[in-house]
Amino acid sequence: MTDKTMTPDEVVARLESGMTLGIGGWGSRRKPMALMRALLRSGITDLTVVSYGGPDVGMLAAAGRIRKLVAPFATLDSIPLEPHYRAARERGAFELTEVDEAMFMWGLHAAANRLPFLPVRAGIGSDVMRVNPGLRTVRSPYEDGETFVAMPALRMDAAFVHLNRADRLGNGQYLGPDPYFDDLFCEAADRAYVSCERIVDTAELTKEAAPQTLLVGRHTVAGVVEAPNGAHFTSCAPDHRRDEAFQKHYASTPWPEFAERFLSGSEQDYQRAVQAWREEHEESEEHGDRKAHEKKQKKEGA
Amino acid sequence: MTAVTRAEYCVIACAEAWRGAGEILASPMGLIPSVGARLARLTFAPDLLLTDGEAMLVRPDGTPEGWLPYRRHLTLVTGGRRHVMMGASQIDRYGNQNISCVGDWARPRRQLLGVRGAPVNTLNNPTSYWIPRHSRRVFVEKVDMVCGVGYDRVAEHPGTGRFHRIPRVVSDLGVFDFATPDRSMRLASLHPGVTVEQVRDATGFGLTVPEDLPRTREPSTEELRLIREVLDPKGTREREVPDPASTGGVGRGTGQGAGR
Repeated sequence: MTDKTMTPDEVVARLESGMTLGIGGWGSRRKPMALMRALLRSGITDLTVVSYGGPDVGMLAAAGRIRKLVAPFATLDSIPLEPHYRAARERGAFELTEVDEAMFMWGLHAAANRLPFLPVRAGIGSDVMRVNPGLRTVRSPYEDGETFVAMPALRMDAAFVHLNRADRLGNGQYLGPDPYFDDLFCEAADRAYVSCERIVDTAELTKEAAPQTLLVGRHTVAGVVEAPNGAHFTSCAPDHRRDEAFQKHYASTPWPEFAERFLSGSEQDYQRAVQAWREEHEESEEHGDRKAHEKKQKKEGA
Repeated sequence: MTAVTRAEYCVIACAEAWRGAGEILASPMGLIPSVGARLARLTFAPDLLLTDGEAMLVRPDGTPEGWLPYRRHLTLVTGGRRHVMMGASQIDRYGNQNISCVGDWARPRRQLLGVRGAPVNTLNNPTSYWIPRHSRRVFVEKVDMVCGVGYDRVAEHPGTGRFHRIPRVVSDLGVFDFATPDRSMRLASLHPGVTVEQVRDATGFGLTVPEDLPRTREPSTEELRLIREVLDPKGTREREVPDPASTGGVGRGTGQGAGR
């Protein structure tokens, strides 16, 4: 049995510039952020990124690593518009294949099933057809004769996903309410890398959790990374919530300043920098609260 | 009980979208549609399904009753057992909707969310829209990027469009539908306190206005109690749509030209 554990930097060392990279999660939910941070530390660029986009897309866009993006959206959920993605689009920084959420899903299914495409009732009549002139339609061969979009397979060279638990062989488990599409990303990629909150013994996986929590099978996984808090600042239920305060900081800080403070060192450096920021932030919040309280008392006294 | 606010008429107008819908998912986007969906569920549409905004189907008190992760949600969309009320950054006379970007798509002046699920929604389940600030910036002659498909576009694809339906558009000024011969937008009811001129001024295309124009209906005493005490006790609806009576005068949405 192959032990597939590795570090985030070892994962990234297996990638090359120009590859197509799938990224699991959804919006600002369970994104493989520790792996994204490792990618940002590397020189890898010119990527085709396939993602239900969140800050993964925002950071890669801000750092100029994307040649082409395939996505139905990019959002931070509680902050509807991803600011770095937005800025990059407005300066025409990369090519975009903008498809609908369902088209995207069927593209993953097609890739996972080694099909060239799957028919989907979505896109027709919308400008998704105008902005993707390469999209083709297909007519039902049965008597209904309906026309569908033939959504091409979203095959990827590599995929990154973040899960709650995994064993050393690559069996990955989600413990939150939504699997998102992480199993499909792994099946649709030539090589998939799973980061997780904690690596456990195989027997441990189903000791307390139901078997259907075993989302990702080791036969689809090339590497496993233990990355506690590795989805930070996105959510990773039930291990951690989205760090809303830090996400706000990410969204409101100029990228060079953010990258300099949080992304110039290792993953441990990142987690320490976030901790230091949190202490400062809480202090200033408390300070602000005290000031507001004093002001209120003064006002009431007057 | 104090006077009914504009936001509360909007809640009623949104809730009415789900009247008679049966055992389907109500998917409201935005605060007032959410209050409306839950109001419908608690009163005249008790079979509606609601989500917690994540992956669970929940009763109005939050008790989970089912599992609806994104992959199953998308199947529910294509299966048609859902009526979604989406937002719109732009909407035109035939109900084409845009939430992707403003300006040229290749290099937008303003990048917005992206098409999201609007293309699949509009071809598969009833899709209504909620627009909290009715203006010429939103109600435009032509949208910059068609995300949600309107009646003129779908007419070109009759087979693919067999499940297409836009039951209503609710704004802070009134309720609109497409019950006209060419399926263009019609004013279906005015919220109390709003004039037809106000709506025309704030709309960037010609609207059909029926002679017998109804007012959006009054909430019942019980509905008002549910809205104020149970569903939105903090009154956040009043921030989404401020009441013209309490903000001192001319309703926002009037006299605001396209250049705002």
